[in-house]
Amino acid sequence: MEHQRIFDKEMDELKDLILRMGLLAQELIHKAVESLKKSDRTIAQSVTEDEKMDQLELAVNEKCIQMVALRQPEASDLRFVMTAMRIANDLERIGDLAEDIAWRAIELIKFPLLKPLIDIPKMAVLAQDSVALVLDAFINRNAAKARQVWDKEKETDNLRDAIHDELIDIMTKDAATVPRAVPLLLIARHLERISDHATNIGEEVVYLIEGKVIKHSGG
Amino acid sequence: MQNSKLKIIETNKLNLFYGAFHALIDVNLQVKPRMITGLIGPSGCGKSTLLRVFNRMNDLIDGVKISGSVKFENKEILSDAIDLITLRKRIGMVFQRPNPFPLTIFENVAYGLRIHGEGSRLVLDEAVQKSLTAVLLWDELKDKLSLSALELSLEQQQRLCIARLLAVTPDLLLMDEPCSSLDPLATMRIEELMNELKKEYTIIIVTHNMQQAARVSQECGFMLLGELVEFGDTKQIFTAPRDKRTDDYITGRYG
Repeated sequence: MEHQRIFDKEMDELKDLILRMGLLAQELIHKAVESLKKSDRTIAQSVTEDEKMDQLELAVNEKCIQMVALRQPEASDLRFVMTAMRIANDLERIGDLAEDIAWRAIELIKFPLLKPLIDIPKMAVLAQDSVALVLDAFINRNAAKARQVWDKEKETDNLRDAIHDELIDIMTKDAATVPRAVPLLLIARHLERISDHATNIGEEVVYLIEGKVIKHSGG
Repeated sequence: MQNSKLKIIETNKLNLFYGAFHALIDVNLQVKPRMITGLIGPSGCGKSTLLRVFNRMNDLIDGVKISGSVKFENKEILSDAIDLITLRKRIGMVFQRPNPFPLTIFENVAYGLRIHGEGSRLVLDEAVQKSLTAVLLWDELKDKLSLSALELSLEQQQRLCIARLLAVTPDLLLMDEPCSSLDPLATMRIEELMNELKKEYTIIIVTHNMQQAARVSQECGFMLLGELVEFGDTKQIFTAPRDKRTDDYITGRYG
């Protein structure tokens, strides 16, 4: 006999805020890599100047603190509020990393592209998919879906390693390429960090649903 | 002896009927000494009935049938051979509303010892001081021991009732909603007292107030319709209960 509680309505509001953060995170990753592909300063600046993510994170934190203070959540309710706060933190960090990518793209505008971009856009798609996946898992409380993010993280790590090897190779052969290669190396690193944050969110979602901490235990 | 260190109370397949009503169903519970064990659950779930089994208070009700086993320090207490006076001396009960006797403060605390045959004024004086000190009433009341206990505030009365139990040196204190007639500040002070008392006594508390169970207990059981649905570490019960029924109750979804 479940009934709609005031708390359920507040949970829905919180879910909505997290969903908006998640969609924004995907949009920022996409735009940052687009700005790199197209050498487009306007797109890059739309990422570096974004303020919506920070505002949303503040709104989530405020909502969570109010819910703890006024509703004294316990058990699965408590896990929901704590998880929402940590997920918001991870999404905000993803936004910051997208901004870092956009800054690297701006640095690279003055140079011709070192090589055609193949693996970095692939990593970007993986990163967006990972965020979409864990968000879906959170909203629909699906632990199996949350666990799928592990595979994506492995794929991301492999791509990062391939990019790393290729760029080191190019720089070793011609030192003049370093100013163009290092930002790409950093971008691969930023995308890999984004995937780590998505994995964190996946772990949070498993804790939310199953009450089990799987962080630092390899899933 | 090793076993008795791990549990002061152990029930095994405990069933209790009020006439045809099955009030406790196959309850298996182990209570560890020198900690506070909380029992929570909706009205009528059997938590107070279970509490009253431990000092055989249900014997006073007509038509009660009990089966199974309840051991207190490894001794079966459901047996007819048990001496109820001694049992209730070792297992005291604190009730919802403080129930001081219409006697002086001193006589309230000394009452238990007197009925157990203690006549020495010296022994009684010492016991009264020790018990009132334990419940943090001594400094307030040491010059008012001849006042009627009924003149005390509700919180003081509840403390006095606890002191009255401590005077006969029990091992286990049963508390049935001990704060439900007290205001929040008095409640907090009784909870702090419980926290002090657990260093020397074992406490089982029945409470409707889930936050109270969360605050004071180290282990906690959730009861529903006569069953002990879940029992475990309080931290676990209030963060990640194993049974969905526990989660539904704690989060207020059950109803």
